[in-house]
Amino acid sequence: MFLPEEKIKELTKKANEIRMSIIEMLIEAKSGHTAGPLGMADIFTLFYFHILKHDPKRPDWEERDRVVLSNGHICPVLYATMAHAGYFPVEELKTLRKLGTRLQGHPHREYMPWLENSSGPLGSGLSQAIGMALADKLDKKDKNRFIYCFMSDGEMDEGNTWEAMMLAGKYKLNNLIAIVDRNNIQIEGITEDVMPLEPFHSKWKAFNWHVIEVSGHDFRFLNEVIEEAQVMSGKPTVIIAHTIPGKGVKEFERDYKWHGKAPSEEEGKMALAELRNVRF
Amino acid sequence: MLNPKLKLNPKIFNQDCEQAPIRRGFGQGLMLAGEKNENVIGLCADLTESTAMNLFADKFPERFIQVGVAEQNLVTVASGMAAMGKIPFCSSYAMFSPGRNWEQIRTTITYNDRPVKIVGSHSGISVGPDGGTHQALEDIALMRVMPNVDVISPCDAIEAKKATLELAKSGKPAYLRLVREKTPIITTEETPFSIGKAEIYWMPDTGFAQVGIIVTGGLMSRALFAAKELEAEGIKTKVLNLSAVKPLDEKEVLALAKECKAIVTAEEHQIAGGMGSAVAEFLAQNFPVPIEFIGVRDQFGQSGTPNELIERYGMGKNAIKEAVKKVLQRKI
Repeated sequence: MFLPEEKIKELTKKANEIRMSIIEMLIEAKSGHTAGPLGMADIFTLFYFHILKHDPKRPDWEERDRVVLSNGHICPVLYATMAHAGYFPVEELKTLRKLGTRLQGHPHREYMPWLENSSGPLGSGLSQAIGMALADKLDKKDKNRFIYCFMSDGEMDEGNTWEAMMLAGKYKLNNLIAIVDRNNIQIEGITEDVMPLEPFHSKWKAFNWHVIEVSGHDFRFLNEVIEEAQVMSGKPTVIIAHTIPGKGVKEFERDYKWHGKAPSEEEGKMALAELRNVRF
Repeated sequence: MLNPKLKLNPKIFNQDCEQAPIRRGFGQGLMLAGEKNENVIGLCADLTESTAMNLFADKFPERFIQVGVAEQNLVTVASGMAAMGKIPFCSSYAMFSPGRNWEQIRTTITYNDRPVKIVGSHSGISVGPDGGTHQALEDIALMRVMPNVDVISPCDAIEAKKATLELAKSGKPAYLRLVREKTPIITTEETPFSIGKAEIYWMPDTGFAQVGIIVTGGLMSRALFAAKELEAEGIKTKVLNLSAVKPLDEKEVLALAKECKAIVTAEEHQIAGGMGSAVAEFLAQNFPVPIEFIGVRDQFGQSGTPNELIERYGMGKNAIKEAVKKVLQRKI
């Protein structure tokens, strides 16, 4: 669906609000991941406010697209986007990681049933998305909806991911679209230092995937490549989304130290001030 | 005597008692489950024939997913299929699934509450000549320690078939433990079966039993022979078939402990963490009695014939008899 200028402006504003919610949640929780959620805020905003076939008032709507979050640790962006989209009150975001919350430190279906999967341990989300895509092929529902899998570059170190990539190619799952957050960081450093992934593009290609690379912060191009993925035949598509970890807060950007820690109250206030001052 | 109410195989003690691999019963059960319900799916990791899933795969090729030698993918793909309303059975050798992919089973199936059925064939020491790498002696422990999963270890091929059909109807995650070798047919089509219901297979002709023998899986025939010979020696026993290690039939286990006040457990598994441990955990809290454990004692297996290995690692008929005599002496 075409993205007019007006809509892009609206999405940009929404993503900024979601980033502020992420910071507020993390300050309150005093633990959690900062860089990944900020980096993926634009993509999640685009999906939940433009791409996805879903209905926040009917989260169990049978015809909905399925979203599998594989790298569960970026759940602050998932929760914040879902709240802003109307799945639950935005105020509830402040319960993140607290005893009895629906917003577990890593997402859990038992507490929040309208998640498609519980996740945290890395490398198994793509397989679950493949299972969903296979089931839809079998039931001839693969024309009605898509299975989207959000995953990280760091979790490409997991063997399970490569097992999954092989299988999706074998079964030619064109109803499956994987979006990899290529932010080049993981807990202990730069991905290319910890465990080199390059040549990343050609690795996916060699496993019989249709591969698209795009900036993870450009709504117009993102929208176009998702449309390209949706009409792909005979192959699953991976969108390698180049994102800036910590995007939106200069102090946090591109620094792997922000992968797995939450801002202090002071750092958080500074980040919120920066986000509040963004001019559209 | 054999419990007359259960319509067990009358030829149990005969030379010509029929034998069949327990895994074969699973294969037949899965095919029947597939006929009854088109949501039943089979997934396998390059061991379709060895795990007897070929019966299903040949009949329903479109509902069979071959993932290759990739057990982590096997169960996580099954989780995704279950999320869409399918009832996936995924089979491999127990050493690889749940051996290799335990965390994936925990996160994406039991924690995630998806009704996937993990089928582990080639469990126990009776895998035989393949040796220690392929003899799963820890799988009951691995699976029963997790919340939200049933753990079933059938005593023969017919019970395996019934268990498979029942699991296909259940909306819960489950582990079905199978044995490679042919084992004697203990039950008949008429023998009652339901998940979590243990049954007394052997009982004294008159009076109370002195020792209760609790068995899970393929050692049942040896336990029944032991009970019969003990009877001739004047020792009265009851033999309980505990095919569901989880949920534990607490009522039957408690009744047996109260009647006998001495228990022997028998399984082809490490003593640590297995069925005997489950029984001991329950009885220690509710009705402590002396227990002797038949199982592998903190060792790995090795190559040999199934029978040689069962004898070598202390799980044969005579070992069961000795354990009964030992626990009798410990009775207060």
